[in-house]
Amino acid sequence: MLPDQEAKIEGSALPVKTREQLRTYLEGKEITSSQFDQILNRVIDEYQKTRIEACEAVGIIAAQSIGEPGTQMTMRTFHYAGVAEINVTLGLPRLIEIMDARKEPSTPTMTIYLEPDYLGDRDRAREVSWQIEAAPLHEFGDITTDMENMQIVVHLNTAVCEKRKILPAAIIEAAPRKIRERRHYRDFEFETDGKSPTIIFMPKNRESYQNLFQLAEHVKNVIVQGIDDIERVVVRKESGEYILYTEGSNLKDVFDVEGVDTTRTRTNNISEISQILGIEAARNAIINEALSTLSEQGILVDVRHIMLVADMMCMEGEVKQIGRHGIAGEKESVLSRAAFEVTVNHLLDAAVANEVDELSGVTENVIVGQPIQLGTGDVKLIAKPLKSGES
Amino acid sequence: MPSPKRIGRIEFGLLSPKEIRTMSVRKIIWADTYDDDGFPYPQGLMDLHLGVIDPGLRCKTCDQKASECPGHFGHIELAKPVIHVGYTRLIRKLLRATCRSCSRLLLLAEEIEKVVGTEDEQTGDVLSEKDIKKERLCPHCGEQQLKINFEKPTTFSEIMMEEGRKVEHKLTPADIRARLEKIPDADLRHLGINPEVARPEWTVLTVLPVPPVTMRPSIILENGQRSEDDLTHKLVDIIRINQRFKENQDAGAPQLIIEDLWELLQYHVTTYLDNEVAGCPPARHRSGRPLKTLSQRLKGKDGRFRGSLSGKRVNFSARTVISPDPNLSVMEVGIPLAVANEMSIPVQVTSYNIEELRQMALNGPSRAALDQPCGANYVIRPDKRRLRLAEGNLETVAEQLEPGWTVERQIRDGDIVLFNRQPSLHRMSIMAHRARVMDGRTFRLNPAVCPPYNADFDGDEMNLHIPQTEEARAEAAILVAVEENIRSPRFGGPIIGGIHDHVSGIFLLTNHTRWFSKSEALYLLKDIDLISLPEPGLVRDGEPMWSNKQVFSTALPKELNMVFKASSCQNCEVCKRELCERDAYVRIIDGKLESGTIDKKAIGAFDGQIVQRIIRQYSMKRAAEFIDDITHLAIRSIMFDGFSFGIDDEDLPRTEHGQIEEVLNAAVLDVQRRIKIYEDGQLEPMPGRTPEETLEMQIMQVLGKARDRTGEIAGRHLGLGNSAVVMAVSGARGSMLNLTQMAGCVGQQSVRGERIIRGYDERTLPHFQKGDRGSDAHGFIQHSYKEGLNPTEFFFHAIGGREGLVDTAVRTSQSGYLQRRMINALQDLKVAYDGTVRTTGGRIIQFRYGEDGTDPMKSSFGDPVDVKGIVESILKEEV
Repeated sequence: MLPDQEAKIEGSALPVKTREQLRTYLEGKEITSSQFDQILNRVIDEYQKTRIEACEAVGIIAAQSIGEPGTQMTMRTFHYAGVAEINVTLGLPRLIEIMDARKEPSTPTMTIYLEPDYLGDRDRAREVSWQIEAAPLHEFGDITTDMENMQIVVHLNTAVCEKRKILPAAIIEAAPRKIRERRHYRDFEFETDGKSPTIIFMPKNRESYQNLFQLAEHVKNVIVQGIDDIERVVVRKESGEYILYTEGSNLKDVFDVEGVDTTRTRTNNISEISQILGIEAARNAIINEALSTLSEQGILVDVRHIMLVADMMCMEGEVKQIGRHGIAGEKESVLSRAAFEVTVNHLLDAAVANEVDELSGVTENVIVGQPIQLGTGDVKLIAKPLKSGES
Repeated sequence: MPSPKRIGRIEFGLLSPKEIRTMSVRKIIWADTYDDDGFPYPQGLMDLHLGVIDPGLRCKTCDQKASECPGHFGHIELAKPVIHVGYTRLIRKLLRATCRSCSRLLLLAEEIEKVVGTEDEQTGDVLSEKDIKKERLCPHCGEQQLKINFEKPTTFSEIMMEEGRKVEHKLTPADIRARLEKIPDADLRHLGINPEVARPEWTVLTVLPVPPVTMRPSIILENGQRSEDDLTHKLVDIIRINQRFKENQDAGAPQLIIEDLWELLQYHVTTYLDNEVAGCPPARHRSGRPLKTLSQRLKGKDGRFRGSLSGKRVNFSARTVISPDPNLSVMEVGIPLAVANEMSIPVQVTSYNIEELRQMALNGPSRAALDQPCGANYVIRPDKRRLRLAEGNLETVAEQLEPGWTVERQIRDGDIVLFNRQPSLHRMSIMAHRARVMDGRTFRLNPAVCPPYNADFDGDEMNLHIPQTEEARAEAAILVAVEENIRSPRFGGPIIGGIHDHVSGIFLLTNHTRWFSKSEALYLLKDIDLISLPEPGLVRDGEPMWSNKQVFSTALPKELNMVFKASSCQNCEVCKRELCERDAYVRIIDGKLESGTIDKKAIGAFDGQIVQRIIRQYSMKRAAEFIDDITHLAIRSIMFDGFSFGIDDEDLPRTEHGQIEEVLNAAVLDVQRRIKIYEDGQLEPMPGRTPEETLEMQIMQVLGKARDRTGEIAGRHLGLGNSAVVMAVSGARGSMLNLTQMAGCVGQQSVRGERIIRGYDERTLPHFQKGDRGSDAHGFIQHSYKEGLNPTEFFFHAIGGREGLVDTAVRTSQSGYLQRRMINALQDLKVAYDGTVRTTGGRIIQFRYGEDGTDPMKSSFGDPVDVKGIVESILKEEV
């Protein structure tokens, strides 16, 4: 390709992607300038032909494009491609979940990428995973229930602690605190001598063994290392770097862990993204999640449709559901809301609030039997035929 | 035609008692409907002032006949006020938010300002119950507030402290009404109520409007008895109780009786308004069926809103079973003569067409055979009078015809009609076809248009509509026509293309190289519009021969250049291109197929690369013609050799059978070995899995592999001579997996992705030992469909099959609801003239549609420009 041809491509009013494609396809090709002009003209011509027309009912087309293949999707939850250990909801249930804007997905998972220092080394990746995976106290040592003295003795295994990169002192500090804060159990006391890696728990009320056993349960299962919401972490090597897959999601706390690449790490919990990273991130997350759910099922849907849905959901600055408690339930038109769901209540409330239906939407005009304001129904300029004698 | 008046806006408000009385034409006092002579009682529920339903009678209010009179409201004066059930929550909110003595809001001006904002700067929020603190003193008059209790459906009470005990004091609707009346207008505005149209006391009814008889018509049964509408029944109850109440009141009955009657009246009014209120037994018909009262008429799928207003019924439509006709064009639809005779298109008589239309009127409504000319069913005179054409009046009416009249002529070939199949999930579910009147009783369509409708011919029915106006026909022809909808707006690729036998046929024709004599070539090309055959590619024994690729190329446009890989391509590491032994490297130069096999990738629905390229380079119309040509050619070529499939096509020789058995036995043994390891506790679990789960995963894997191996063994023996292989390789139907299951081994049956485990205690069936983890005890089917399944295998197969059926049933309802919600949320969006996406109300959703303003339908699988295609077609080489 000649430099002046390059300049011509650059100077054309084509989108970046098309210019890029032109360059790659023409790379290293022997082409005459007439051929080049022919190509460029046809590309520009075609670009102009593919512009969207005014009045096009893009919303309905988007809804149909996502809804129609729904019948072809599976209902079952499958494994992640490659990660057999972690179950993820896929297919139609996941799509419904995204559109419902649920506070918590049924299977929250994260894909955690690591910073350059950590991503090449399995052990260092493992180190990060220990900081993330919720580990109960019983994994760090022996717990014995001493029924004679009504106490629970925890001997920490220093080797395990060292391997997991946590100081025994930190565990001793965290365990009683976490039992109180996270497990909401307060009827106990504890003793440590400050030196040996041992901690002794005693119930406040020593009358009953029930209290002792109850406390023992709490002591065993209290999370002393990692992030409480993240139940499991799987380390996998993918395209030359180690990646952590998790069951459970807590974006904020994971971002605080050292070694985590906060620019690439992602979760499938959209409402969490919207809270921590903001509405624009949530919009992108909706697009990505919906698109990957669909393409995983082998269904081809143009991004533009999904973008429209995501934009509609995020319009108000928070993620709104598609349905009664979201977009469809907050429409301006009374008739449109009444025709969707909970008909009678909408009508009764409209009367008290003296609402006015301007009849601008689709359903309203169908109801009163008028042309709708979309497509050919939206054209207001009409040519009058000339009467004979006029010029 | 004068343009009809537009409804600009609809305002909602409450009816005040005054308004109810003003709009009423009659006070209703009698609970009875008709007297013994069948004449309505005056001031009864069927009073002639309320409108008429019997033909012949005239309305006493407007003096119109039953067909013209819209009906008029009456009213009932209630003895005592009753609460409107729909507004109980509003009443509760108001009682709790206002003072019990002075009825003003229990908030100071500053507190109100905090929520609502100042006069100039309103927050848009309204006060809610939560903004008011409980049981405080009124800031205006200092009255101690009491807790208001609400009991469903309509009882309100105050909790008073008497002698240190809590005493519930019931509030009568009259008390409540008195309190609501006193709430000042200004306070109501803060609560989101517009007092001009909705004073809160109007929610406690003193007058009840009686709907016109036209909205509750009585029907006369076969035995001559009248059967009244549910609403009338309910109104009868109300009037009866109301009368009794009044009598008791006037007679000075004891308080207890009055209260009972009041409650009864409240019950009847409540169920009249809504018969499904929580905490209230529904009013029932004599037969025990719950009555359908006002709310029930509006609610739900078949209610007024969704059933009658959003979905409307039409005339000029037909429905029948569909069947295939590959000889039709995709743009056509075959219509049975009986349908074509019944349906009509109105044509205005002008001086230009009067002779033609006169002849049609003369032909009349009966067209007995296809070769007879098209007739007409009705003639409309300029005064809008409709004349039915029948044997007797044909000549006279035809004689009278003159410009200004309208003739409703029958359907004939070439008329544009709308064709639809439910569920209408996307816009291609309704497309416009050209009519072709045919014998028989079914609609006929080219199988190539099945994918957009998602139709097959196992008894599917479809609907046909005839557009009645010029505008509708123009839109049908320009926007809705099949040739305008070949590309799907979902992904920007073709969704109309060859299916099933079209793909098999074109595959058989174009695979490798074959030579046809002149007569053979002409046989294949009979349906293609050709001026002359191309130059023969070969002369053998002095006879000109044409290659299969030449025959195919006649259907291609002359300037087509493209290179792609067919669906039979195996994605070899190094492509052998033209030398591919599968002939999967497709190269088309200047409209000539140089090498490669045409199959699903090239012409199939959803993939059709050639179709896609023709659309982009030429037009959708040209693509439709191409699909017509190619489907006709494919059908001819599949008939040229013949194509069938039978049980002996799955036959395998003895050696293959032995190999399959060997593979399966090895797999079963391997499973047993792994179970042994597990039972000995030697199994190393996968991270995060229990040993049992790990074992299950391993077993599934081993058995899955074994099945695939049997498939490979079977596939080795079955080559392209086998019809099932041809169909699988060309992408026409089925896959190698289906073939594996028929000839090799059916494989593991599963429920929820796991082996079958449900059944008896520790075993699936009593045929197995308890605790048996072996392959056959958990649904592995070693036999093939052809060999036949043994009883346990058959049972497991039924279990696995049932899951699929349940899955489909659940899925259709779920995805249907998702679709309904999505449509409802997005239906008002459109592209404005400035390129932004807005709601019809004018709110901007996107500044540029899809961020680049590209129409997904006109895009090439999402790309604004098909750069590869353009470069290819100009450079004529692969890029």
